[in-house]
Amino acid sequence: MQAFISSLVSVAFHGVAYGMILYVISVGLSVTMGLMGFTNLAHGVFAMAGGYVLVTSLSRFHLPFALALVLAFVLVAAASVVLERFLYSRLYGASELEQVLFTIGLIFMSVAVARLLYGTLQQPVVLPDYLKGQFALLGRDFPAYRVFLIVFSAAMIGALWFGLERTLWGAMVRAAVDNRAMAQAIGINTRRLFTITFAVGSGLAGLGGALGADIVAIQPTYPFEQLVYFLIVVSVGGLGSLRGPFVAALLIGITDTACKYWLPQFGAFFIYAATIGLLLWRPMGLFGKRT
Amino acid sequence: MNHPVGYNADHRLRWTEWLPWVVALAVFFLLPDYLSLGARVLTYILFALSLDLILGYAGIITLGHAAFFGLGAYVTGILSAKLGVNDPLLQMLCSACAAGLLGLATGALVLRTHGLTQLMLTLAVAAVCLEVANKATPVTGGADGLSGVTVAPILGLFRFDMYGRTAYLWCLVLVFGGWWLIRRLIYSPFGAALTGIRENSVRMHAVGAPVYKRLLTVYTLSAAIAGIAGALLTQTNQFVGLNVLGFEPSGELLVMLILGGVGRLYGAFVGPLVFLIAQDFLARQFPEYWYFGIGLMLVVVVLFARGGILGISDAVIARMRRKA
Amino acid sequence: MKTRMSLCVGLAAAAMACAFPAAAQTVKIGLISTYSGPGAAQGDQIDKGAKLYMKLHADKLPPGVKVELITRDDTGANGDVAKRIAQELIVRDKVQILTGVVWTPNMAAIAPLTAEAKIPFVSANASGAKVVGMSPYMARVSFTLCQSAYPLGQWAAKKYKKAYSAVSDFAPGHEAEGCFVRGFKEGGGEVVGTVRIPLANPDFVPFMQRIKDAKPDVLFAFNPAGKQATAMMKAYGDLGMDKANIKYLGTGDITTDEELQGMGDAALGVITMHHYSAAADRPANKAFVAAYKKEYGADLNPGFMVVGAWDAMDAIYGAIRAQGGKIDPDKTMEILKQYKSTTSPRGPMSIDPETRDVINPEYLREVRKVGGKLANVELETITTAIKDPLKEFEKKK
Repeated sequence: MQAFISSLVSVAFHGVAYGMILYVISVGLSVTMGLMGFTNLAHGVFAMAGGYVLVTSLSRFHLPFALALVLAFVLVAAASVVLERFLYSRLYGASELEQVLFTIGLIFMSVAVARLLYGTLQQPVVLPDYLKGQFALLGRDFPAYRVFLIVFSAAMIGALWFGLERTLWGAMVRAAVDNRAMAQAIGINTRRLFTITFAVGSGLAGLGGALGADIVAIQPTYPFEQLVYFLIVVSVGGLGSLRGPFVAALLIGITDTACKYWLPQFGAFFIYAATIGLLLWRPMGLFGKRT
Repeated sequence: MNHPVGYNADHRLRWTEWLPWVVALAVFFLLPDYLSLGARVLTYILFALSLDLILGYAGIITLGHAAFFGLGAYVTGILSAKLGVNDPLLQMLCSACAAGLLGLATGALVLRTHGLTQLMLTLAVAAVCLEVANKATPVTGGADGLSGVTVAPILGLFRFDMYGRTAYLWCLVLVFGGWWLIRRLIYSPFGAALTGIRENSVRMHAVGAPVYKRLLTVYTLSAAIAGIAGALLTQTNQFVGLNVLGFEPSGELLVMLILGGVGRLYGAFVGPLVFLIAQDFLARQFPEYWYFGIGLMLVVVVLFARGGILGISDAVIARMRRKA
Repeated sequence: MKTRMSLCVGLAAAAMACAFPAAAQTVKIGLISTYSGPGAAQGDQIDKGAKLYMKLHADKLPPGVKVELITRDDTGANGDVAKRIAQELIVRDKVQILTGVVWTPNMAAIAPLTAEAKIPFVSANASGAKVVGMSPYMARVSFTLCQSAYPLGQWAAKKYKKAYSAVSDFAPGHEAEGCFVRGFKEGGGEVVGTVRIPLANPDFVPFMQRIKDAKPDVLFAFNPAGKQATAMMKAYGDLGMDKANIKYLGTGDITTDEELQGMGDAALGVITMHHYSAAADRPANKAFVAAYKKEYGADLNPGFMVVGAWDAMDAIYGAIRAQGGKIDPDKTMEILKQYKSTTSPRGPMSIDPETRDVINPEYLREVRKVGGKLANVELETITTAIKDPLKEFEKKK
């Protein structure tokens, strides 16, 4: 019995760690898709870029870990503003299919660029000593980095929640998600609002990619390989919601971990089966807008 | 190549519509070294036609069409490698039926939803198929692929040769059949009903059209055609790998069709042709970086050629007419 | 853009031979490898090995004979693509010999084609046990997993009692698991559990946690070389399995020389069995590693796939020399069957004439720090010539 409880604890722990990463990366996608209805399949590119920023600042410039994380957020957010202004903005009125084609094109290009700059090998993450090793709690050892990951992501999510629920900017975003035309009519500059939101969302993806670089390998094909997971989080969670993707990411993280732990012979089967079940039960996602 | 659509449109064959077939036959005689690439292009054209039928005419968004393509490929492969059924026509028939049945079963669920949810459901269905194929190693060969596929001569006369001559013609015949069928369908009352659902499903409900039934029918049919395309892939390659069920063929197919032009019938011809030839050319010149070229092509098409390649050619022709 | 569709390597010897135009001969070799997608890191190794060999051995060709290497991308473990480009290489580019291929399914897909077109194929990596037998025109100079896993099981049984096996879920993984378990059990050990991990898998920690909770003495692992091996090693370190006294063993794929530096100190003390280590002190290997570093950068180490491609080219060059540049498929296969090398970076090796499969030396290695860098240090030579044990087991039946 004790063995079972102990395995339950570790499944929950690892599942939450994985789910947190998924959430930090995907939340921006959910908000931008909900806000502007833009199908941005290239969202993973930002996460990959964040990972590369972290790896480069750690191993090439020997910057402190905290600074590298900040850089991953800031640089990716800045780059995303440039992309948004020059490329994405041209496609706001375009059909969903054209947005799909365009963002897949961006993925293709980023894959080639990443390969040119970094080669095909996975980039090693040199963690600082204080994040290495194990962390003893309640008679069990937990990997220190994953403990940090959970605590840090939780703090990020708290800040994000505060920003969206308690600030003016948050109120404007929520208003625009609910009814863009009306928000515009009462004088909210939705165009600028979207640029800022897009930057924050992309920056978060960059941060998530950086945080998760030690767990989800950073390499050129990252945006393709992880795309399906991001999409699952967003669709199961529901567009434009903050809570939905959080629940979905944790659900996926824990289900995935639990299946690997107890039923490794079934592989990724359950994740997809669960996705199908959840979407049939709540077609608009767990916390999506009802139409 | 502007193609009129809709029930009321003039549906007689125009001379330009014979052009693809003339070109395809010319390739057979003039470019014998390129027949294996040609067979691949033809296979994808049939696959893209099946997608155009549901995406372009009925407005069903899918990122999981490879489920049917892959099932078709595996059914043919398993029939030959495990059960010794080597007749190409029989293989094709079984593949079409199996893929059609899967289309009927999954369509019954998927078609109740819309938009992103629909996209994710189709994607998840394909992913489940992939997992099943991966785990059923004794039947499918798992990640190692299914080899030992043999295909008997067609009608006992035409053997599949190393140079891909038979394979090319065989693909051509089936693409022609698929094209003819889909073309007939589009101009039928059934096709008009589909377009109506795509444009305004609420109104179609209001006029009493059986929307769900129509969608399910076309989805099943499209799945069966995709299954035939999959069977073609197996017959020309005599090998089935897990990748036929992956996310890649679904994504690439969607890209090819949008590139060519959605809902225009001939977009399904132009898209795979341009995409696969560009890919083949770039992959020879720059094996490591061909992704960049493909990506650039897609981005440029979206930014400067809305409606895909056929969309831009329409615009150019229209402008020339105005000037003239 | 250093790779072009075709890379003509006709250097000094060929230039001199221009004086005898009648003898001018170009042998076209098709190299199928993975240049894009997730497997590009592996394909890159094969590409580098083959090109380095050609660059350094241009003078080993008969006078007047040139070799043209045509490289094509199979995009990963995609049998249908591999088959199509092999077909194009044969029909369109008229290659006389094929080599390369990272993935076993790709080799399997090509097999019927080599038999029909009578084009000899030399595998530089793909290692599934049965695949060489699928066509009489195929030979292999790389390795089979059983060659490492079986002796490792025997060795491990002498020191440890309980083992857990964790392998990737595809045929090479199944072979590795089967052979290790067989060797370990024959030596009197007990296998407390096995797990097969899906190939597409972002997080290894749950699997490793399960293994840690089963408390074995040793963990035997196999992943295809590359990021999977690195991720699994990380999970081993993150969970503190070394401190829980679980020894990490595996075939050389889990600590490949090119990825080793990225794995970090978690890899220290890992024991592997393999036919090649970049850290080996054989003179042939030292010269090979020096040439590799000179060509591609001092920070890079050649992995076993570089060696596979190097030796594949060596076997092919041998066949070209023996026939004076006129390639006859059946003669080429006869020559390949007799292939023996004492100059390979891995030590003595040959091809078994009966199965056309490789006969390898096997070394027991441990990951240690040499000059501040991680290296697979060879501890002892387990055997100098091992045939694929799987085929030997079948013979006994």
